[in-house]
Amino acid sequence: MLAEKALELIRELQRSKDGSLPPYNEDGVRQVLEEMRALFEQNQKDVSATVEGEKGLFSGVQLRHAALERNKRCLLAYLYNRLEEIRKMRWEFGSVLPGEVKYNMCEQEVQWFGKYNKMLATYMRSIGGVGGLDLTQDMKPPKTLYIEVRCLADHGEFETQDGNIIVLKKNSQHFLLRSECEHLIRQGVLEHMVH
Amino acid sequence: MSSSINDHFFSIDSILATQERLPCKVELPIFRLGYLDSATDGNDLLPGTKLEMPFWMAQSLCSRRRHIISIELPKQYRGSYREILDADANVVDLHKMGPYYYAFGTQLLRFDHADGSDIAKSLLMTFQMRFRKIMDSSRNSFNEDTCSLTNKLDETERSLFKAGQKELNDFQRWETRETEKLMTSKMVRNHRKRKRAALEEIS
Repeated sequence: MLAEKALELIRELQRSKDGSLPPYNEDGVRQVLEEMRALFEQNQKDVSATVEGEKGLFSGVQLRHAALERNKRCLLAYLYNRLEEIRKMRWEFGSVLPGEVKYNMCEQEVQWFGKYNKMLATYMRSIGGVGGLDLTQDMKPPKTLYIEVRCLADHGEFETQDGNIIVLKKNSQHFLLRSECEHLIRQGVLEHMVH
Repeated sequence: MSSSINDHFFSIDSILATQERLPCKVELPIFRLGYLDSATDGNDLLPGTKLEMPFWMAQSLCSRRRHIISIELPKQYRGSYREILDADANVVDLHKMGPYYYAFGTQLLRFDHADGSDIAKSLLMTFQMRFRKIMDSSRNSFNEDTCSLTNKLDETERSLFKAGQKELNDFQRWETRETEKLMTSKMVRNHRKRKRAALEEIS
């Protein structure tokens, strides 16, 4: 059946809906494009035959056209949904993606991520007065300025705003400015302690 | 609400729902596409040939303006099945009747089929009858295995169920004052888990 390869790409996306990015299926995309080229050429042939007077080719042209449109929709949806996922990653992982995730992206997607990063940074600098406003901060309304945190992993030295250097060692507890350590909590280095 | 109810161009669920097949009959010859019908070796699809087509293909060949093919209703939307739903929609396994029962059903209404209005009524009634149970079960099963509750639901209903569960969990977390706790983001956590699993496989 036509457009079968394109459907496979979509199924691949559906299987990984839990938030993991599957490797970019370059081979699958190429095969879909090849099928589209073949359909297009066949249609061109039939159209010029019709112009020369042959009758009854319209149904075939219509069917192939539908298949072309379908392939287009699947391909675009494949790329679009991947980009959406990558955009979400910027907010979850931060501006630097882990290597394994990056490995699953194609070159254009890496470029897109870089551009998105840059745009977001420019925008955040431009709002909120001098110094800008970090939109990725305070995803939940802050209740206190300082919070108690515990280290879940050895992270090394960490310089606080007032110039002190503390060592984030596994299982050590600290009392830190919320704005300073929120990113580390989201990245899983620290754990927020609530009593 | 989850995107599966939306019907936009890029929606994965919408694409999968329009992939469902339905029986068709060819009315006008379609030349040089005989390979679509695995039952014949001929080069062309001749009038009278019966074959199954995905919805998106059938839609472009059968409309008010063109009658290249004529379509038949898939059996799960025919009268006899509608009667079953009429009797008691709650016990029917809609997932088995096509994981996108509602979405595909509403798409079918685009053909000017004689049964169109009956199908529309049946879909609406089925949904109404089942909705109460779905809402009830999704909001009252906390920390339970929900497989037995969801395995008879179609994809639209599953996303409703998920929405209900999320609401229940959020409310519980708010009641126990867990919402103020900053958490590791979900993607990071899943990524860790996968990485750990991969490492364990190697060693």
